[in-house]
Amino acid sequence: MSEISNPSPNGTIAENPEDEGKRDFLLISTTTLSLAGIGLAAWPFIHSINPAKDVLALASTEVDLSAIEEGQAVTTMWRGKPVFIRHRSAEEIEGAASVNLAELPDPQTDAERVQRPQWLITVGVCTHLGCIPSGQKLGDKKGDFGGWFCPCHGSHYDTSGRIRKGPAPFNLRIPEYNFIDDTTILIG
Amino acid sequence: MKRMQTDNRILMWIDTRLPIFSYSSENLVSYPTPKNLSYWWNYGSIAGIVLVIMIVTGIFLAMNYQPHADVAFQSVERIVRDVNYGWLLRNLHMNGASMFFIVVYIHMFRGIYFGSYKAPRELLWMIGVTIYVCMMATAFMGYVLPWGQMSFWGATVITNLFSAIPLIGDYIVVWIWGGFSVDAPTINRFFVWHYLLPMILFMLVVVHMWALHIHKSNNPLGIEIKSPADMMPFHPFYTIKDLYGLGLFMIVFMFFVFFAPDFFGEPDNYIPADPMVTPPHIVPEWYFLPFYAILRAIPDKLGGVIVMFAGVLILYVLPWLDTSKVRAATYRPIFKQLFWIFVANALFLGWLGQKPSEGAYLIMAQLSTGYYFLFFLILPVLGKYEKTKPLPVSIFEEVRKKRRAKEA
Ligand code: HEM
Ligand code: FES
Repeated sequence: MSEISNPSPNGTIAENPEDEGKRDFLLISTTTLSLAGIGLAAWPFIHSINPAKDVLALASTEVDLSAIEEGQAVTTMWRGKPVFIRHRSAEEIEGAASVNLAELPDPQTDAERVQRPQWLITVGVCTHLGCIPSGQKLGDKKGDFGGWFCPCHGSHYDTSGRIRKGPAPFNLRIPEYNFIDDTTILIG
Repeated sequence: MKRMQTDNRILMWIDTRLPIFSYSSENLVSYPTPKNLSYWWNYGSIAGIVLVIMIVTGIFLAMNYQPHADVAFQSVERIVRDVNYGWLLRNLHMNGASMFFIVVYIHMFRGIYFGSYKAPRELLWMIGVTIYVCMMATAFMGYVLPWGQMSFWGATVITNLFSAIPLIGDYIVVWIWGGFSVDAPTINRFFVWHYLLPMILFMLVVVHMWALHIHKSNNPLGIEIKSPADMMPFHPFYTIKDLYGLGLFMIVFMFFVFFAPDFFGEPDNYIPADPMVTPPHIVPEWYFLPFYAILRAIPDKLGGVIVMFAGVLILYVLPWLDTSKVRAATYRPIFKQLFWIFVANALFLGWLGQKPSEGAYLIMAQLSTGYYFLFFLILPVLGKYEKTKPLPVSIFEEVRKKRRAKEA
């Protein structure tokens, strides 16, 4: 059936050459509008697998700091990830503040990384490939700089959570947080 | 197969190894189609698109749905309330199921009216019936997933149909449930089937198309394609006609999605499933109602189940029950009347399906069931004795006559 003659009952498709222009116009406008329509319709599908409202509602966490003694650290969960809260001692603050920025792979002053010097709050996820560094508990390996040590590929972080040695490219992330009062913070 | 013509060397390279372009062009562009197809031929393409919409919305619903008896209901509520555009996905999927059945019922009635099931399209028709059975199973199991009262009790009633099977019935039902009642194992396996069957449906549709493209579409005159003059290429003529029909259909579909999303639903299904309390009035989804009426019209348990399944399965043998050589009802005066009574009767059965099965309703349902089967059983005889009207010479002649009449 390769030969189908006479597409329209009494003639060929383009009886009139002027119609060519009209046809092109119709074809292009139909195609454009259809593509735009499909694009718009795709958005609800794409957006539906973003975090839902109930997930977003759990996206901030309140932490009571009053029980954390100087030198102690606690880990809390925020958006499914650990957050390290360390009550730093005077020497630790001093050590973090006196580093020469030129030595740092990801230069940042200690003051940029804390709101109140005694409280260091970081996301406890190694910026290399996402393992959780050790250094929160008393007997933990803290690495060569007294902060944290990531066991996966050997990244060393200092007492400001900055990367000092090893494959991780960035300092430990600082989450958004606020002091609600002197002993309570709201993360997120 | 005729090779696609192109100067693009990459396309040529692919096409010589895997002729996807030649194949698409042969089946979607130059594909020869009778010139005289009416809007009744739009429903197949609409059904295909609805299937795709169902699969896509279903996959995205499944990303948030949880098939466990303890949380299924809440997970659906969460989809509607918390998931971004979850209400839209659910409304599309829910109403899409109803639209799907409306479209497929019209598609099937079209086939009966124009005798599209007759030689050489018997297998095409039978694959269609298989698609229909598969759709019913999919929709039934989908309706169980939100785990509302109707889900639960609908599942209980329908699965209990199998207990009518002599001797092994009770074992079969326990086997289907995976327990001693509809429960957590049931919803889990129903979800698996509900996800799997649409994929099988999709493959059946491909085979349906394959069979269709061997002998091409039937047409409103029901006569054979005799010469190339009877046909025109699918593209652009029927691509445009199908798109236009799709646009009209989408207006109706979207009306329900946005303005009346619970029109086809049962309020009781917003009450979480409770195995200790049956709702006072359980009805299946509207698209099952005619068969539900047939089931209840027969006073015997096993008998009702057999007759109901027979009501669906008889469609498989329709090509052999109808002995008339003339396809379209247009040229079969008696068949045409019987057909329209059959349509009205099917709607009437649907109405009866949601009425209590007692008194006058019961008697009407029995008479109606009688006509349902009579229609099929009369066909072998009718084909022999009916005096049919003379058939047109060719599609081309008929189209030209119409055109002339219009111009005059
Ligand atoms: C042949 C096509 C299909 C039909 C006729 C169909 C039918 C249905 C029906 C009637 C419901 C109950 C609606 C309600 O009350 O919420 C439902 C729910 C559901 N379906 Fe389908 N469905 C189809 C395809 C699919 C596919 C392909 C998937 C996934 C791959 C899917 C996933 C779901 C899910 C997750 C639910 C429960 C969520 C909800 O209730 O909104 N469906 N389906
Ligand atoms: S993930 Fe921490 S060093 Fe590689």
